[in-house]
Amino acid sequence: MKSDNSRKVQGSVMVVGSGIAGMQTALDLADSGFYVYLVEKAPSIGGVMAQLDKTFPTNDCAM
Amino acid sequence: MDKCIACGECAAKCPKKVTDTFNAGLATRKAIYVEYPQAVPLKYAIDAGSCIYLKNGKCGFCAKVCPTKAINFEDKPVAVTLQVGSVVLAPGFSTFDPQKLDTYQYSQYKNVITSLEMERLLSATGPFNGHLVRPSDHREPKKIAWLQCIGSRDINRCDHGYCSSVCCMYAVKEAVIAKEHSAEPLDTAIFYMDMRTYGKEFESYYKRAEEEKGVRFLRTRVHTIIEDRNTQDLVLRFVDDNGKLIDERFDMVVLSVGMETSKELAALARRLEIELNADNFAATDCFSPVKTSRDGIYVCGAFQEPKDIPYSVMEASAAACWAEADLAPARGTLTRTKTFPAERPVADEEARIGVFVCNCGTNIGGIVNVPEVAEMAKGLPGVTYVEENLFTCSQDSQEKIKDIVEKKGLNRVVVAACTPRTHEALFQETLRDAGLNKYLFEMANIRNQCSWVHSKEKDAATSKAKDLVRMAVARTRLITSLGQPTIAVEPSALVIGGGIAGMTSALGLADQGYQVYLIEKEGQLGGNARSLLTTWKGDKVGERLAEMIARVTGHQRIAVHTGTSVKASSGFIGNFETVVSGVSGDKVLRHGAVVVATGAEEYKPTEYLYGRDPRVLTHLQLDQAVAAGDPRLASADTVVFVQCVGSREEERPYCSKVCCTHSIKAAIRFKENRPDSQVFIIYRDIRTYGQREYLYKEAREKGVIFIRYGLDEKPEVSDKGDTLAVVVRDHVLGRKIELHANLLVLAAAIVPRDNEALAQMFKLSCNSDKFFNEAHAKLRPVEFATAGIFLAGMAHYPKPIEESIAQAAAAASRAAVTLSQESITVEGVVSHVQQFMCRACGECERACPFNAIAVQEVEDGLRAAVVKEALCKGCGMCAVACPTGAASVRHFGDRSVLTMVETAFAAGN
Repeated sequence: MKSDNSRKVQGSVMVVGSGIAGMQTALDLADSGFYVYLVEKAPSIGGVMAQLDKTFPTNDCAM
Repeated sequence: MDKCIACGECAAKCPKKVTDTFNAGLATRKAIYVEYPQAVPLKYAIDAGSCIYLKNGKCGFCAKVCPTKAINFEDKPVAVTLQVGSVVLAPGFSTFDPQKLDTYQYSQYKNVITSLEMERLLSATGPFNGHLVRPSDHREPKKIAWLQCIGSRDINRCDHGYCSSVCCMYAVKEAVIAKEHSAEPLDTAIFYMDMRTYGKEFESYYKRAEEEKGVRFLRTRVHTIIEDRNTQDLVLRFVDDNGKLIDERFDMVVLSVGMETSKELAALARRLEIELNADNFAATDCFSPVKTSRDGIYVCGAFQEPKDIPYSVMEASAAACWAEADLAPARGTLTRTKTFPAERPVADEEARIGVFVCNCGTNIGGIVNVPEVAEMAKGLPGVTYVEENLFTCSQDSQEKIKDIVEKKGLNRVVVAACTPRTHEALFQETLRDAGLNKYLFEMANIRNQCSWVHSKEKDAATSKAKDLVRMAVARTRLITSLGQPTIAVEPSALVIGGGIAGMTSALGLADQGYQVYLIEKEGQLGGNARSLLTTWKGDKVGERLAEMIARVTGHQRIAVHTGTSVKASSGFIGNFETVVSGVSGDKVLRHGAVVVATGAEEYKPTEYLYGRDPRVLTHLQLDQAVAAGDPRLASADTVVFVQCVGSREEERPYCSKVCCTHSIKAAIRFKENRPDSQVFIIYRDIRTYGQREYLYKEAREKGVIFIRYGLDEKPEVSDKGDTLAVVVRDHVLGRKIELHANLLVLAAAIVPRDNEALAQMFKLSCNSDKFFNEAHAKLRPVEFATAGIFLAGMAHYPKPIEESIAQAAAAASRAAVTLSQESITVEGVVSHVQQFMCRACGECERACPFNAIAVQEVEDGLRAAVVKEALCKGCGMCAVACPTGAASVRHFGDRSVLTMVETAFAAGN
């Protein structure tokens, strides 16, 4: 997939996975002018962080 | 899916129970389900593998009870072809399955659970609502043990030689939280090999857990667990530090399972033709930590290497940064901006309020008497229209609301339904579509606050719903349109610091098309990296640094100012004005964002003869000596490294993170050059996290000898003429030994630079170790609390090159979010100050968490508080702090709030 000058650059990105990393990538891209396809195999987004109770070092609620 | 209103009728009727994977198998759920109450999207899904109808064609209860006909059994998976410019892989990890290890009898003993199961046990939304009980008999445990490195740092039984990086910290956290959850005193013990609490604020959390909370830490591996058949208690057998065999009884055992890449994920990587390393993580190099082997495909999070949340978030933004740079010419070509009709001025009109009362299917209507609430609303002053809806949030309802606003000339709308947290934005958009200012809207939450919490008291729920609607209407009569001014954005950035982090941020922004001013106080770019030899993966830092400097200095959109520092700065997000001062005098720069990448420096040790004997070197001095071909290195028969010099001590309680890996890398180099030389590393915990663990293994294989010491008995160094004598107590022999070193290398701490002036200038805060504070430790690791200012590299915390680069690219991505906007729209709900009442006491300025309000001279000799609306989040702290009532928050003024209170008390029922 070397950049091919004869083809137009697409202003869209596919993000695979919607855990904390995938969501952050998607937000950054969408907030700065790119169309994002966020692909997730589970029925809802959030990934493993949603399963966690609290996070250190602040003991904030993970949800 | 659009039709589902998440009322839950389907799941209530579904007869099929299945294992709840979200609760890590500790509970059951139905075959039609939402994963958890806060799930997004909040829509029920059918688990096709378990659904009776989909398997046998019988049942279908869910479809029969669904009030919105949202269930379609005929739905089939469809393949969609997407044309995209770039792909970012963020597929995460799987937890290691401990069933493979018979030592722990995970599948046999009920009270042996994984750490993820422990998270669910502790969670308020978990199977026991956060009540800590053990699985076998639901009894509260009195003693819990955590076993570390299950499926990590283990090549004998599970082929995972790497460290999973996060388990030490999560085990400490679980132990602390478990103690908090337990009514009776709870004994917690963590069995570990090395405590790897190397992140920001981690070491102090670990110390607090040990010293204040009484979590026990035992450095040993448990080799057998035996279950007492009668009580289902667990007896752990292990050898203590003195070689004594011990049996200790626990109620529960938590296995701290590591991270791995699943087989399915590895298969996906093969289909995408990206290279994986030996552990099935995506292969990357240290200078481009989120680039896979295939152009245009990026990776972030635990699929790159096991890592925690903040570094996953950093890499996520870094991946976005580089994808944005690739696709910069196409920015904005596929996105659309919604347009709205011009707003109707309503200030001179009498209030004409429309009230829409939602049944939410039966969610509200089944409990609250909605017709009665609607009837009551009709009689309220200012209300000219009332309607009941089955679902006020549905698409057709939006059309209807818009129509009615126009036809009936409504100028304010109240929706009595669910929570504004999820639905306010939707209704506000409908108002804007109808030509009304979005602030002419109010919600009454008669679902969560009435039908849900008072589901057994229908009359009381109805009466409370009426009160809430009455209060909302009373307030709505007083609310007004609010302006949302826009402020133009200067599409350029100031990057402070020309090390690896600063240069990465500069390139990330310049490659996206933004002008960058890169300022460096030294005479040349490069920072600490100029003294470094290699990354832990072996990339030659000198060569890569030279390439990077060439790209920065040659970039048409980067203006490099060396020998320059920041003198003064003013302004706010999108519009900063900074005076920099350099060799050619002062210069004023205008820019929309700031990246602070000022780095850190190596600590100058005060012990172990440092500075008094030339044979005692720090890490950076060793690297420089290697680069310079210092002959003493090749002739050294014995080299001794001492770890944690200046780190993890009272004065500097944090871990400097990079030193273990650096020492081990250097030790291996000595052994490679002269296998007959003797190399010792005197350490406290070896913290080679992630795949750096392989270096630790390699060093041991090559004969590097590791000797552990404690703070109570530090090694002693003395000059013996030809050699330096290093005396240390060997933890295996249990006695003091004396080493004769030709070279002594000190793993000196990494200390913050003097950030005081910069912190003052940009109103940034530092932690107790004097590193800059990010806005949120987990979710906003590259930005400051002050909008428009970002943080990268070691100014945040000590870190290796690859992490500095990821954070710096992330800072560029976050800054680009601002710089890519032509203008910033300021929220209407912001603070404002009535100048004639302000006495310039500054209480508001001290209270504001966003630096959005400050006392300044407003005209000759007159000082008053002034709000920077672009920075204000409308939190109201200033209004509370203000002793005279001069400061208040628009939309939530005293009058409109107190009216609600008065209405509540005057309700008269």
